Amino acid sequence: MTAAGAQRARGAASIETMLEGKSICICAGSGGVGKTTTSAAIAAGMAARGKRVAVLTIDPAKRLADSLGLPELGNTERRVDPALFTEAGIDPGDGELWAMMLDAKATFDEVVRKHAPDEETRERILENRIYRQISNALAGSQEYMAMEKLFEIHSEGRYDLLILDTPPSRNALDFLDAPRRLTQFIEGRSLQLFIRPTGLGMRVLGRGTSVIFSVLKRVTGMDLIEDLSEFFNAMSGMVGGFRERAKRVNELLADPASTFLVVCGPAGEPINEAVYFRRKLREAELPFGGVIVNKVHTDGAGDAGRGGPADVGSLERLLGARDLATRVAANYEDYRALAERDAANIAKLGRQMRASAVIEVPYLSEDVHDLGGLFAINAHLFGGDPGPTGT
Amino acid sequence: MRPITDLFDKRILFVTGKGGVGKTTVALALGVAAAAAGRRTIVCEVAAQESASRIFGKAEIGFHEVELRENLSAISIDPDHSIREYLELQLPVKAMGDLLYRSKIFNYLAAATPGLAEMVTIGKIWELALDERKARRGKPYDLVIVDAPATGHGLGLMQTPKTFAEIARVGPMAHQAATINKTITNHRKAGAILIALPEEMPVNETATLEAELIDSIGIAIDRIYMNAVYPQRFSAAELERIAAAQDDAMDAQAMALAAALDQAKRAAGHAEQLERLRELARTDVAELPFLFAPELGVEELDELAGMAAE
Repeated sequence: MTAAGAQRARGAASIETMLEGKSICICAGSGGVGKTTTSAAIAAGMAARGKRVAVLTIDPAKRLADSLGLPELGNTERRVDPALFTEAGIDPGDGELWAMMLDAKATFDEVVRKHAPDEETRERILENRIYRQISNALAGSQEYMAMEKLFEIHSEGRYDLLILDTPPSRNALDFLDAPRRLTQFIEGRSLQLFIRPTGLGMRVLGRGTSVIFSVLKRVTGMDLIEDLSEFFNAMSGMVGGFRERAKRVNELLADPASTFLVVCGPAGEPINEAVYFRRKLREAELPFGGVIVNKVHTDGAGDAGRGGPADVGSLERLLGARDLATRVAANYEDYRALAERDAANIAKLGRQMRASAVIEVPYLSEDVHDLGGLFAINAHLFGGDPGPTGT
Repeated sequence: MRPITDLFDKRILFVTGKGGVGKTTVALALGVAAAAAGRRTIVCEVAAQESASRIFGKAEIGFHEVELRENLSAISIDPDHSIREYLELQLPVKAMGDLLYRSKIFNYLAAATPGLAEMVTIGKIWELALDERKARRGKPYDLVIVDAPATGHGLGLMQTPKTFAEIARVGPMAHQAATINKTITNHRKAGAILIALPEEMPVNETATLEAELIDSIGIAIDRIYMNAVYPQRFSAAELERIAAAQDDAMDAQAMALAAALDQAKRAAGHAEQLERLRELARTDVAELPFLFAPELGVEELDELAGMAAE
């Protein structure tokens, strides 16, 4: 980074400020913006500052494990070897870094075991084909289970800070809506009445409904209805437990000790999405911490391109070849164009929220896949302060 | 590598990969290339991003087959419209479909039935590729290119017919699910194209996704594109001269030299990842260059289409 770049970074927003007094940090954002890496970097950075930190991720591609140099992560937290910190030149003091890769299916099973009134109900649910399908695949179940696990680990109180890397989704907002959708599904009140084959519901709902019912049978096949019926009947004793739990999870997320960070890329669309997401958080009365803009293009020297074009004549004198000078100048123009676009988008974002809420991370020229790489990101996330033992 | 026109002879091509790798862009570029090769092509957006309309400067496309240029159409498929159309096609009496669609209970059931949204979505994709279209006023297409959702959800979409056939077991939907599964796993008729980025984690994820698609669904993987690869713009000797000139350079010239060295470093990293992917993947890997264009327009898409078809 140039002196000017470092100067700007020092005066800029810092994750540490954003997370002051927070015990839960939720990183949201659409797929492919570097959410997992950012979550891991924040966790490592806070651990390096003496905190006991756990980072939770859902990730079939084991990305977090990759970025922490762990061969695999199970459905329980595992501590990242402190020797890795030493190797990266960091002394974490009392700080600890734990990581967990969430297995949504296993978590769902745990929840069922916890809430089932008796063994028979438990087995009926776990064996039900509809259950097996939703616990794996229903949109929202991963998100719901992520929150469930977050809640559970938070209640145990073993960490100063929990960081949740939200499941990959097309749209950052899916995450907020998911628990509601899943609880609604599990409650299945109107449907329960309706599909209980010999229940009171059929008679009460009357003839119009039986037409719908027969058409549905025709479209979906009878067995599906029976499975659904069986599922809702088995789940009915647990609905209260789920609802109560969901309410408490929501309270936890809305607590002032929780914060949401939005991770996005520097192009126009992701920036608009970040603005939209903040508005939605505000509407839902959830605490917003800030935006991290990842992979920001710079002009090659670590600065956003605000200077003028290079002079081909001067470059020719330096390099001794016209052709090379022209190509170097053209490459620089490409860099400047992207840097200018990103700078304009970020300025637009800055106008929507206070400056201390926006953190820029440049598009680093090296791929991040170990603790050292995470600390390279932290130089930007933590406002130019590399940590207690950095140089 | 198999010539791209071989792939264009299929009826359905799914384009998928990790989030943020440029699936939509490559799907559209392939659509442009297939149309140029004379195939009546439709690109289906499944994730409701409306990128095609933005790039081609059209109004929102929605659940309509909209012509973008000669031989090239687009549609944005959403579960709501797909369910409605499905009911219309399944039920002999239109009023019955309407009754069902408007009923609260049906909508509840539709939302609650695992995989139904994916099922009707892939059902619509399959319908678009039929010789005899079922949809009213439906035009025939030679090729349906699907801009599929990212890894997990994309896999889910392609897996749904198989799962659904097993869950529903009997009834028209189970039957249709089995038919669709047969079509998408028929290597002459359908296949998938994976998009990767030249970075460590996307490369790993691409290899995993490839294995899952082949082993658990049985879909053909026809090609992998490594997208947004930085070209190597300077030779080793030139880079030495650039590095040597740095001490004497000032201002914009110094920045230009730094940018050149940065570019070279990234290009070298990308070449390494390309090699890794070629080692990890079973399928041929083609390259698409990073486009230094601030905004993607029709011009860039045409450029990319030319390169994707090579």
